[in-house]
Amino acid sequence: MKRGDRLMVPEAEFRSYYGRPVLKRPVWKVPDVPAYLYLGGLAGASSTMALCADLTGRRRLARSGRLAAAVGATASVGALIHDLGRPARFLNMLRVLKPTSPLSVGSWILAPFSALSGAGAASEITGRLPALGRAAATTAGVIAPAMTTYTAVLLADTAVPGWHAAYRELPFLFAGSAVSSAGAVGMLAAPAESGPARRMAVAGAALEFAAGRSMHQRTGLVGEVYRQGRAGAAWRAARVLTGLGAGAALFAGRSRPAVIVSGLCLTAGAVATRYAIFEAGRASVSDPRYTVVPQRDRLDARR
Amino acid sequence: MDSNRLSGPLADPAGEAGYPSDHPDRVGFFTDTSVCIGCKACEVACKEWNLLPEDGLDLTGMSYDNTGALGATTWRHVAFVEQHGSTGSTVDLGMPGMGEDQVRWLMSSDVCKHCTHAACLDVCPTGALIRTEYGTVLVQDDVCNGCGYCVPACPYGVIDIRPDTGGAAKCTMCQDRLGAGLMPACATACPTESIQYGPLDELRDRAGQRVAELHDQGITEARLYGHDPADGVGGDGAFFLLLDEPEVYGLPPDPVVTTRDLPSMWRHAAGAALTAAAVIVGCFVGGKR
Ligand code: SF4
Ligand code: SF4
Repeated sequence: MKRGDRLMVPEAEFRSYYGRPVLKRPVWKVPDVPAYLYLGGLAGASSTMALCADLTGRRRLARSGRLAAAVGATASVGALIHDLGRPARFLNMLRVLKPTSPLSVGSWILAPFSALSGAGAASEITGRLPALGRAAATTAGVIAPAMTTYTAVLLADTAVPGWHAAYRELPFLFAGSAVSSAGAVGMLAAPAESGPARRMAVAGAALEFAAGRSMHQRTGLVGEVYRQGRAGAAWRAARVLTGLGAGAALFAGRSRPAVIVSGLCLTAGAVATRYAIFEAGRASVSDPRYTVVPQRDRLDARR
Repeated sequence: MDSNRLSGPLADPAGEAGYPSDHPDRVGFFTDTSVCIGCKACEVACKEWNLLPEDGLDLTGMSYDNTGALGATTWRHVAFVEQHGSTGSTVDLGMPGMGEDQVRWLMSSDVCKHCTHAACLDVCPTGALIRTEYGTVLVQDDVCNGCGYCVPACPYGVIDIRPDTGGAAKCTMCQDRLGAGLMPACATACPTESIQYGPLDELRDRAGQRVAELHDQGITEARLYGHDPADGVGGDGAFFLLLDEPEVYGLPPDPVVTTRDLPSMWRHAAGAALTAAAVIVGCFVGGKR
């Protein structure tokens, strides 16, 4: 909404201060933060995939999972640091552990996870200290599921209407998206052992779709921001890409071109999902309607 | 986590934050907008005392409000609401006539609410945001790493990142003046006593009397905002007397500290993480290679 065009706002429905936002827009940047969200999820699910592959004797898949976990976690830290501006600021995050701050808790999940998965991958590549490397990768694989969902709490614990309203579904959406992203990487990197990875691609996408659906149904007026504008376009693109990717994973078998198309679609879909959620939050802040109307309804209902 | 740490009424935020029992009384602002004349003395005094840069002459093109909103360098913001038609009581300001059209001006000096349960303070990962001995909320510039988490967390849209320093900034309630036994600069400068400063309990009593007085005068639309310790943020350290609904002044009608839902959020995240783990394990069990 442009400055000052107060008359565009239907007076009877809701009032605001000249249509100006009530809340401050998140200062987090694109692509840093959507990338951070995607990479963290990918790293987490890949690490658990690697652990399961290791335990079931799928060496190639375990190796790919460990590498994806390390690269994803490191790049996720990198994206966070880029958003913060200086590496020292990431270390500053670790000066206290604050249970009321999802970013503090998240940093304490991310830091050890990236160290462990980095160690696991280093041992995998160099072949040195295999026992230690395996122990590190195993530990990472156990804490990894937390990597797939803490970022959902990070977004949801804000006054941003589009995020907070969806706090029940966002973790499941992120978890599903992370599982299918890791599945995509597994399919691409370990074709001979890709059965579980293909199943992950499909199951993760199904979880993501279910969570997204229930989010739409439950968030009411605020849910509009996931359907409109840029966020809506990215969201629809994500649905199409993830759907195509999962479909291809289901029916492609081991056909190499189909696997490649599937992996790329799923990856692009997961990135688009994160961007859509980020953008929907920003859109919900920019229009005071999403702040004022639900609160006014709540207030009126209490009176 | 004691639930009272995250939401609900809390008699003594400073004591709860660990200050010894002889800490000073909780102080606050009571902004009585019914006497505000929109002179902006508070905005200017705040900038002068706190050495805040000017915001430029970027007129917003709506009413007479040139700053538009609170921000990292605007710690007091005077909202000018121009209402046409008969929307409640009007006071003759001696302005030139504008025909038949009834115009009502509402002015209100907004500020950080120094919430009892401050979302900004809760989510700050570095401990840069602290509760002071006066029960107010303060950013420690040397600790803040500019992560920006406090910005979308604030349910009032107050705190923001300063582009020149990269750190978060907002009203300090003139912490440096309080230590010297002075009032905050804005309250000192306000010529109409629209901004009143003092121990919060006293201010609440005074505000209650003022509303009753206005109601007796027939100004029934007078109401308090942010005074109730049972509201979504546990009550504000800075509260207001308004002459219309909060949203008209750019205030949220029913703000909530979202940390209130944090235990539930973590439960959902844990459930989702376990679901992810179960899905991955399930994909490895019993299938083909
Ligand atoms: S109004 Fe916003 S910035 Fe001020 S104390 Fe409350 S949450 Fe923090
Ligand atoms: S920007 Fe500074 S004050 Fe705000 S949450 Fe981050 S570290 Fe804390």
